[in-house]
Amino acid sequence: MDYINLALKAIFVENILLAFFLGMCSYLSQSKKVESATGLGFAVVFVLTLSCPMNWAIKEFLLNKGALASWTKIAALQSVDLSFLSFICYIAVIAALVQLVEMVIDRFFPALYTTLGIFLPLITVNCSILGASLFMHERSYDLTHTIVFGFSSGLGWFLAIVALAAIRKKIRYSNIPEGMRGLGMAFTVTGLMAIGFLGFSGIDLDKEPAPKAAPVAEIEADVVAEAVDLEEDA
Amino acid sequence: MAKAKTIILDPLSDDNPITYQVLGVCSALAVTVQVQTAFVMCIALTLVLAGSNLVISLMRNMIPSRIRMIVELSVIATLVILVDQVLKATAYDVSKQLSVFVGLIITNCIVMGRAEAFAMQNNARDSILDAVGNGGGYSIILILVATLREIIGSGTWYGFRVLPASYPGNGLMVLAPSAFLIIGLMIWAQRTWMTKKFEED
Repeated sequence: MDYINLALKAIFVENILLAFFLGMCSYLSQSKKVESATGLGFAVVFVLTLSCPMNWAIKEFLLNKGALASWTKIAALQSVDLSFLSFICYIAVIAALVQLVEMVIDRFFPALYTTLGIFLPLITVNCSILGASLFMHERSYDLTHTIVFGFSSGLGWFLAIVALAAIRKKIRYSNIPEGMRGLGMAFTVTGLMAIGFLGFSGIDLDKEPAPKAAPVAEIEADVVAEAVDLEEDA
Repeated sequence: MAKAKTIILDPLSDDNPITYQVLGVCSALAVTVQVQTAFVMCIALTLVLAGSNLVISLMRNMIPSRIRMIVELSVIATLVILVDQVLKATAYDVSKQLSVFVGLIITNCIVMGRAEAFAMQNNARDSILDAVGNGGGYSIILILVATLREIIGSGTWYGFRVLPASYPGNGLMVLAPSAFLIIGLMIWAQRTWMTKKFEED
């Protein structure tokens, strides 16, 4: 139950984009078409699911105080605390991982590469990837929690960018004031979407939820919230 | 001197990094609930930006172009670690409030974008001026948004009470969506009044 709660929280209640504003740059620039939004969304889910556990391992086995001593068995390393290096290690892991993933996909899954390939380089500088690793660090998740958190944060980001791309497609022919077209409208729509997602924060995840009914209700509520947003903008 | 003036002044209004170039929006939205956090964030970002522009501009003829991204990232990450350590040592409360967003200066597109677009081609003096200009443009928007959100949201400015204590506060302004809406309106205002052409969607 704990893991489902964490996942729901990361996807809806504390959506990495709508509540923490991470990954805004590529979110705004890649949301003009639904296809490219979907492609980038998948790439983010993919990289987040891999990078969070990898950075967790770096933190647990290299950076934390005494972490080096735990597996090298050298007593002198007991007092070494490298956690100040976390930023540079995480970003290096992410940059290297993205390159690696790009090469592996290119070599073994050419079909996937044609859809995801162009988006992968963009991901290194997507704040949501580094942000998720930093949240993992700050909240001291264990390995399973890290994997669940990474995957569901990616999913939340995916949901947000695809929703925005769909809305932008719908409002393309609307009569919007001139200065508001494009970027201004994208921000306003995102604001309305964020208000919609705020509704989820009313759900108390700490309590034991009613058996199996809860997730379905939330997905329905989400669909309704998006439909309302679509109507408002149409 | 005329060139130096445009390098500094353009990013403050017409070529603003947030509302025109659309760079570095992530952190701009997240730290603007209070003026104090926004202010610290502006200083941190401007320092990192000036440092990275200076270092990269000095090294620009030595960096092989194939690995320039990695070089830029490591310079920026090192500077961010420095800023983070100093913040933790001198202003621990603010550093706790900013939480992950100091670390996220690394992926802040302004820093990377200016290093790539300006510092790689220009000398050290111009690069620092460019950093000051862009840092200033970022700071103006951040402080403005934070001022609006703090005054309307809780009736205070930089922790001092400006509206009477009977003011109930507006819960929406403290929450995430208001930041999106305020920036949206600011972009509208800027595009209506400014002279420079913008890209049509």
